[in-house]
Amino acid sequence: MLHGIRLEYFLILATLMFFVGVYGFLTRKNLITMLMSIELILNAVNINFVAFNKFLFPDKLEGHFFALIVIAVAAAEAAVAIAIIINIYRHFSNINVENVDEMKY
Amino acid sequence: MEINELMFVIIGAVIILFSIFTVTSRRILRAAAFLLFVLVATAGLYFWLEYQFLAAVQITLYAGGIVVLIIFSILLTSNVGEKIDKVETKKVIFSALAAIAGAILCITTILQQQFQATDALAQEVNMKVIGKSLLNYGENGYALPFEVISVLLLAAMVAAIVIAKKSKTS
Amino acid sequence: MGDFNFSYCVWIPLIPLFSFLILGLFGNKFKEKLTGILGTLALGIIFALSLYTAYEYFFVHGLVNGTYQKIIAINVTWLQFTDKLHINMGVLLDPISVMMLVVVTTVSFMVHLYSIGYMKGERGVERYFAFLSLFTFSMLGLVIATNIFQMYIFWELVGVSSYLLIGFYYQKPSAVAASKKAFIVTRFADLGFLIGILILSFITGTFDFITLTDPAGEAIHRGAEIGFMGMSVMTWAMLLIFMGGAGKSAMFPLHIWLPDAMEGPTPVSALIHAATMVVAGVYLVARLFPIFHFSAQPALNIIAYVGGFTSLFAAVIACTQLDIKRVLAFSTLSQIGYMMLALGVSGYGSHDGLGFMASNFHLFTHAMFKALLFLGAGAIIHAVHSNYMNEMGGLRKHLPITHATFLIACLTIAGLYPLSGFFSKDEILAAAFHKDKLLFAVEYCVAGLTAFYMFRLYFVVFWGKDTQYHHKPHEAPFTMTIPLMFLAIASVFAGFIPFSELVTSDSIPFEGEIDWMIAIPSIAVGLLGILIAMIMYRKENNYPARMAATLKYLYRWSFNKFYIDEIYLFITKKIIFRYIARPVAWFDRHMVDGTMNGIAGMTNVISFRIRGLQSGQLQKYGFVFITGALALALVFIYLWTK
Repeated sequence: MLHGIRLEYFLILATLMFFVGVYGFLTRKNLITMLMSIELILNAVNINFVAFNKFLFPDKLEGHFFALIVIAVAAAEAAVAIAIIINIYRHFSNINVENVDEMKY
Repeated sequence: MEINELMFVIIGAVIILFSIFTVTSRRILRAAAFLLFVLVATAGLYFWLEYQFLAAVQITLYAGGIVVLIIFSILLTSNVGEKIDKVETKKVIFSALAAIAGAILCITTILQQQFQATDALAQEVNMKVIGKSLLNYGENGYALPFEVISVLLLAAMVAAIVIAKKSKTS
Repeated sequence: MGDFNFSYCVWIPLIPLFSFLILGLFGNKFKEKLTGILGTLALGIIFALSLYTAYEYFFVHGLVNGTYQKIIAINVTWLQFTDKLHINMGVLLDPISVMMLVVVTTVSFMVHLYSIGYMKGERGVERYFAFLSLFTFSMLGLVIATNIFQMYIFWELVGVSSYLLIGFYYQKPSAVAASKKAFIVTRFADLGFLIGILILSFITGTFDFITLTDPAGEAIHRGAEIGFMGMSVMTWAMLLIFMGGAGKSAMFPLHIWLPDAMEGPTPVSALIHAATMVVAGVYLVARLFPIFHFSAQPALNIIAYVGGFTSLFAAVIACTQLDIKRVLAFSTLSQIGYMMLALGVSGYGSHDGLGFMASNFHLFTHAMFKALLFLGAGAIIHAVHSNYMNEMGGLRKHLPITHATFLIACLTIAGLYPLSGFFSKDEILAAAFHKDKLLFAVEYCVAGLTAFYMFRLYFVVFWGKDTQYHHKPHEAPFTMTIPLMFLAIASVFAGFIPFSELVTSDSIPFEGEIDWMIAIPSIAVGLLGILIAMIMYRKENNYPARMAATLKYLYRWSFNKFYIDEIYLFITKKIIFRYIARPVAWFDRHMVDGTMNGIAGMTNVISFRIRGLQSGQLQKYGFVFITGALALALVFIYLWTK
């Protein structure tokens, strides 16, 4: 209990955010919006880490640091993803994910 | 209702609402802006949990770095004024079903679980502790993940440059 | 048996096999001459080995207590299927196999030697010698087989090598057609052989020749009492086996492939289609003779009549043919008919087994003089570059050695005393006389006809009109004349080998004598045939034409080989192809292929559908991944609890 808020509330919030991200990932056609959905998913995970840390192990800092590291990974991922998206744009002149199906061969 | 509870509810509502806007908005630049709101609200959540450093990183890196990067690339690749085409209903239904089913599954699981809270004293999280932990390789030290993530960042930067660079032939 | 070790005999078939492998694999790297010499050398070695074996067997170690032993020199289990069912490979020495060893290696050696000269300058000489070696290997393997399955394997190998050799001039369509015909006809007959083997071994429970042919053993009498369609099962089995033998030995009505097989090189005809392969059928019957005699007497009678009919039928056709090799081919048919007949009329045990002895005797002498005739014909063709005797004449001045040896061979086949043909033919006639007077009379006619057609050939080719040739015919090189002379000597003196003391039905020697009451008329008939031929063909005249006009229909039928080929064509094309092959083809195309195509099509359609999953659409993959992950979570958290 922290100011009358239970851990479950955090987890439910993170879950909802996560699945909104999933929904976005599945429906958006634009690669950049898909990337944004992925950021949402990562953020949801971060909230989980932090909440667990705060509620269950307040004397340690694992969750805190892992959230930091996830942020760093997200930054790296965003950089690479955007590089790829720009390359795709050069190739197809748009960034519609449905055009990028040549990997099946 | 205490102010703290109210704060949490407001922040949570903002996060959910703007998340949904982010994935449904048909104007791409607005979606990016909504994402920014979500990220800032998340930072607020971290403040609420008294992790000031994490909240600061969230704002600077996510809100200041990634979202700006995304907005740049949107400007580079998309016609900003144009609305994105509507998604097919079939796809929306199936994706929504999957997402809702997943959410229900997770939430029921969470609610069934009994979390054992400890009454250990909360560790104070100030800059000094964080700095020492990051460079400490003993117990409660994170030198190894820190180094690994720095190498990863370097690699990602090199990769981004190599990928985005125009090839000489084309 | 003594303690003499005959196991070296395994080299007799193996050396030609190695020779085949070496020539076949590396032959094109050797000089043309070297290939011939290598092949001939290999054959020379096994020729010597065979003679040595024959000497050791017949005169030193074979005869124990007045009986020739059946010696298993070597025996290896080759394929072990179950405890009882296994196929062996080995070397069996008994009088007939040793005799056949000598026949095969002698003729094969002579033919190899002869081929060096005959095939000079042809394309693919190394291939030719490789095939010859393969044939020799297969034939020797057949001869020394210890069990009927080994025999069958080599039997088929012989068929294959015969096919390869007939089709040696593969650029000539007629040669290709002939090789196909030979293969298909003999293969068809071998089907009967295989079924016969299966029935026989099913009844007796063994493949082994010694167990099978032991007259005192029980294997031989089994199955005699099981009746099937009026005859015992054993009789049916033996008839089917004889069908295989008839196919290889070109007995009527399976004889049609042999005349066409003359498309092969002439030495091949001498080796395969005169002396060795075509007597495989005779050898087969001789090998299984005790079974025929004790358990399948009706089959033996059929053999006698088939043999008798074939000999007459072929002799009549031989009188009108113009291609000299075809005359010899039909003559071969006729002589093999003789041998079959002799086996058919033979009894078992010393004097009753006269026919058996005579058959093998004739096989031996016939191999010598028929090989000589074919090689002589080869020398003629080599000199004149034609197969047709109406393009020849007066060759005695140009080819003195060939002429002399050919004359000897003709006299031998006509059965004049004291040449070898006389002795063996006389024994056959004597055997037939004791058993069946009708067959005896037929054989007298055939003897006369034989003398007539052989001397017709002889006079037309060497006397007759003086033909102008494009270039002067010349005598063959000495590699060709040496075999001719050797075989001529063998033909003359082979008759003095006391066969009745060497090769008999029950392996017990007996004293043979010449029945002059039969021999003198047979010489007379032979002389009569020669005389008629001499009158008609010695000088160019119009007797032959008048004769042909008088016997118009007979002549025409004989000239066209009694239209047997046409009947076969009619049956296959008009009946089998139309009413059997076509429905079968339809069934195959629509039902069998249809099923297969249906399966393939279904797979195609399904895979076409499934391919949609591998669309390359990232979001579809994502959807499947997420639902899959959720399903797994559901299963592991809620459904799979203990």
